[in-house]
Amino acid sequence: MGETMRIYLFVLIMTVIVATVLAGMTTVLKPIHKKNEAIFNKKAVLAAIQSKLGDDVKASKLPDDEVLSLFDDKITQIVVDSEGNDITTEQVEERGYKGGQAEHVDMKKEKKRALEDRFFPVYVYEDGGEKTYIITIRGNGLWDEIWGNIALKDDFSTVVGASFDHQGETAGLGAEIKDNPSFPRQFQGKSLYNSDGEYTSVVVRKGGARNPAFEVDGISGATVTCDGVSDMLYDGIKYYMPYFKSVSKS
Amino acid sequence: MAETAVEKKEGVFTFGKKERKLLTDPLNDNNPITVQVLGICSALAVTTLLVPSIVITVAVIFVCAFSNLFTSLLRKSIPKQVRMIVQLVIIATLVTVVELTLKAVNYDIYKQLSIFIGLIITNCIVMGRLEAFAMANSPWKSFLDGVGNGVGYGVILIIVAFFRELFGKGSLLAGSPLEMKIIGATPEYWINTAADGSWFSWYSNNNLMVLPAAAMFLIAILIWVHRAWNPKLVDIS
Repeated sequence: MGETMRIYLFVLIMTVIVATVLAGMTTVLKPIHKKNEAIFNKKAVLAAIQSKLGDDVKASKLPDDEVLSLFDDKITQIVVDSEGNDITTEQVEERGYKGGQAEHVDMKKEKKRALEDRFFPVYVYEDGGEKTYIITIRGNGLWDEIWGNIALKDDFSTVVGASFDHQGETAGLGAEIKDNPSFPRQFQGKSLYNSDGEYTSVVVRKGGARNPAFEVDGISGATVTCDGVSDMLYDGIKYYMPYFKSVSKS
Repeated sequence: MAETAVEKKEGVFTFGKKERKLLTDPLNDNNPITVQVLGICSALAVTTLLVPSIVITVAVIFVCAFSNLFTSLLRKSIPKQVRMIVQLVIIATLVTVVELTLKAVNYDIYKQLSIFIGLIITNCIVMGRLEAFAMANSPWKSFLDGVGNGVGYGVILIIVAFFRELFGKGSLLAGSPLEMKIIGATPEYWINTAADGSWFSWYSNNNLMVLPAAAMFLIAILIWVHRAWNPKLVDIS
């Protein structure tokens, strides 16, 4: 009996010590983690407008304070619903996104809601009187979710740039959508419509783009991920169409 | 006789022949990967690029050394019936510490490694050293043994990653400030295979190299080379 008690006691004390250490560390580091995460996401938004930033500025390598100042100076954050109506900061906060800005909207949670109920973040980049709209899209790859930011010209049909990320695609294959900069670079200048004016979105084509106006080359060995990117683009951009229409009208 | 006299004077932190052997043995005669064939899973997974391999190496050295140290300190009070669980808790705690720290210090690399850091918990090398060494040796010796094994594992990881990144991606240390673009089809690379009259126009990156299978082949070749170079190993098996 004494031996059993000793085991219980040992395990109990060990658990308490370990839990205290880890809980303490998590609490202390949480603000830094949050800040890092926010900057990481902002860099992904900036990566979509890489062509607008010029060659001297590399979105992925910008120091933290420059990312924040770029966001403060040139980017307006808007949240809209699936009908294109503006959502106020209070409404966003009510849903539990502290801060209430587009950057606080968690697309992973939004994706699980009914379409009419979803919030969509929009980032408007303004430079020299010209507006670029960056939208966030989310879909499924081979193993897990994939997501990205797409920058559109103010005609809402020309792609300015894109950036992608993923949860767990295969390194060297599906993960190339993020790791290989030449993949997102292909999206620059693509049209969302074919020559008949029909919405096609940008299609990632296995074996190479056939119609360079709205198709990009797929990655060999990553067919499922590439199809996932195509589907994500088609649906993701479509969800923003009502918003685009309301902006074009006004 | 003089030698025994010297040994008696040894303090807690002496660094003699025995201690040096603890550090060097895992590098050669008792390498965790090429001789013991442990920790292969992570060696296949993370070695597509050099930078993550180096980060994992540092993390494993840290976890291995300190879990050995803590286990050795507790070795006389750990109840035998639950020793495995206790060892696992020690390892998991240290790995979580590494993960939280990396998330605060370098978020990009943290994102890149994501699950692999957590998987150090399941690395057989760490657990193996706790059971085989730390449970029966003094804290200082256990610490050195942990460092030695971590380095022994890391050296192989880095060699494999070097070849996989070079032949799979044409670059070295991609993602770090020291990034070197060696061979590829754009002018950014040192050897531009797309340039007119290039001697390397036949060359393209080997996609197999980025798949785990390539690591399997590379590790097998390393084991072969290691055995050819160190005949002592051939007699063991």
